[in-house]
Amino acid sequence: MADFSTSDFKNGLKVMLDGDPAVMIENEFVKPGKGQAFNRVKLRNLKTGRVIERTFKQNETLEPADVADMDMQYLYNDGVEWHFMQPESFEQYTADINVVGDAKKWLKEQDVCIITLYNGSPLSVTPPNSVVLKIVETDPGVRGDTSGGGGKPATLETGAVVRVPLFVQTDELIKVDTRTGEYISRVKE
Amino acid sequence: MSKSSPEASWRPSCDQTALRARALTLKRIRRFFDERGVLEVETPLLGQSAGTDPHLYPFVSQYRRPGQTVGVDYYLQTSPEFAMKRLLASGSGSIYQICKAFRNEESGRHHNPEFTLLEWYRIGFGLDQLMDEIEALFVVLFDGKRDLGSSKRVPYRKLFEQWVGVDPIHADWSEFAECARRCDLSEATAICGEDRMIWLDLLFSHIVQPQLELGRVYFVYDYPACLPSLARKKPGGEAVVERVEIFLDGLELGNGFHELADPVEQDMRFDGDLVVRRQLGLPLPPKDQRLLGALAKGLPDCSGMAIGLDRLLMLMTGCSHIEQVLAFPVSRS
Repeated sequence: MADFSTSDFKNGLKVMLDGDPAVMIENEFVKPGKGQAFNRVKLRNLKTGRVIERTFKQNETLEPADVADMDMQYLYNDGVEWHFMQPESFEQYTADINVVGDAKKWLKEQDVCIITLYNGSPLSVTPPNSVVLKIVETDPGVRGDTSGGGGKPATLETGAVVRVPLFVQTDELIKVDTRTGEYISRVKE
Repeated sequence: MSKSSPEASWRPSCDQTALRARALTLKRIRRFFDERGVLEVETPLLGQSAGTDPHLYPFVSQYRRPGQTVGVDYYLQTSPEFAMKRLLASGSGSIYQICKAFRNEESGRHHNPEFTLLEWYRIGFGLDQLMDEIEALFVVLFDGKRDLGSSKRVPYRKLFEQWVGVDPIHADWSEFAECARRCDLSEATAICGEDRMIWLDLLFSHIVQPQLELGRVYFVYDYPACLPSLARKKPGGEAVVERVEIFLDGLELGNGFHELADPVEQDMRFDGDLVVRRQLGLPLPPKDQRLLGALAKGLPDCSGMAIGLDRLLMLMTGCSHIEQVLAFPVSRS
């Protein structure tokens, strides 16, 4: 694949920066009226998540990063690694805690999540935007409270802790927004 | 903003408020200059010569006389400066123009390749009087739109030293590189090399401009002589030229000069530009002999200013993208 020149720069572009894959999140064209043009760019390092600001001269180039997002089913955790499967090819991938990171608390077996592959190996895991999980522990709520004001902590089957309304009980299924970690609703079995 | 669904792309990218703000601004500008006895003029958008400025890329078209099959290159103007100076030399007196200018390869939050310029020239004015006039114009234009604090006039060198920490005129590359490192701009060394012009552009736009106080108009004047463009050298041997730039909210709004009138010096600057163009492998446009002819006849002592009207409208109406003040930006043209 050909290198990207400053004129190709746009949000979402995946490039190599200082040896790591990175995604462009901001690209500002800067040009003094009578002077040299620059691109002032913000990139997120896809390994570390760190945001880097960098300036490029016009026609400078960046190498594309071999990064692809793929839907995969989460199979199981063997105590050390997490196992995923590409549903069409049945090809399996393993990822360690550095790759799975915070996503681990939303991973439920059989759920389909997005695995970002870098040079063919998992780089990061993005859980579905919302997941349905069972409450394994929460204080008994006050009878008659249906408002949801206040709330209480609940531990879910994956170990995640979220705030739920008082009327929600242990063993119930709830839907949670994985991006904010917030309770959305109760789910009937 | 540039991405829109096809069925919606016929619509303007600005709202009705922006359309009305533009109409009102044009009316106010014309009244302002009319009351001051400055004559409105028009000059060609399509011309036989382009400027030599190495950082401006003109749009090129072909002109054919009726029946002619092989055309001749004509350029959409990047600024009306040369034509207006020919009018000044011909005895027009002080003049202004509101026109389109075109600059290829310029597109972004603050750039549209086709944009509107307000350009004017005042006979007998120095930079101080020009700045006074811009202040008065902004009072009229911002009335009812936005309250601006009192403006500030600062020499380029002072502002640069204040925020970058070195003298823009005498510091060498290693000092610039050290400043860049301190400001987390290590890549600047590879970009700028030993080119003082690029160093100054990069450090000023990345470090100084973001520091300028919001809501206050800055007049930055006495530019280093390596950034002369078409300004006069300041008498007294200092290595600066009589150039002023306007900034508001950190954004460059306009550029003005105590105009260079010496045809020999002008010819040398054309040659200087062409040397740079040759080094960069850029096209070598012919020098505008008509401008040189006008200067030889005699350009009256004058100062001139060009202001980007679209950016001015952005700042008046609180828009963050130039497309919000244009009916149809290049992506919808």
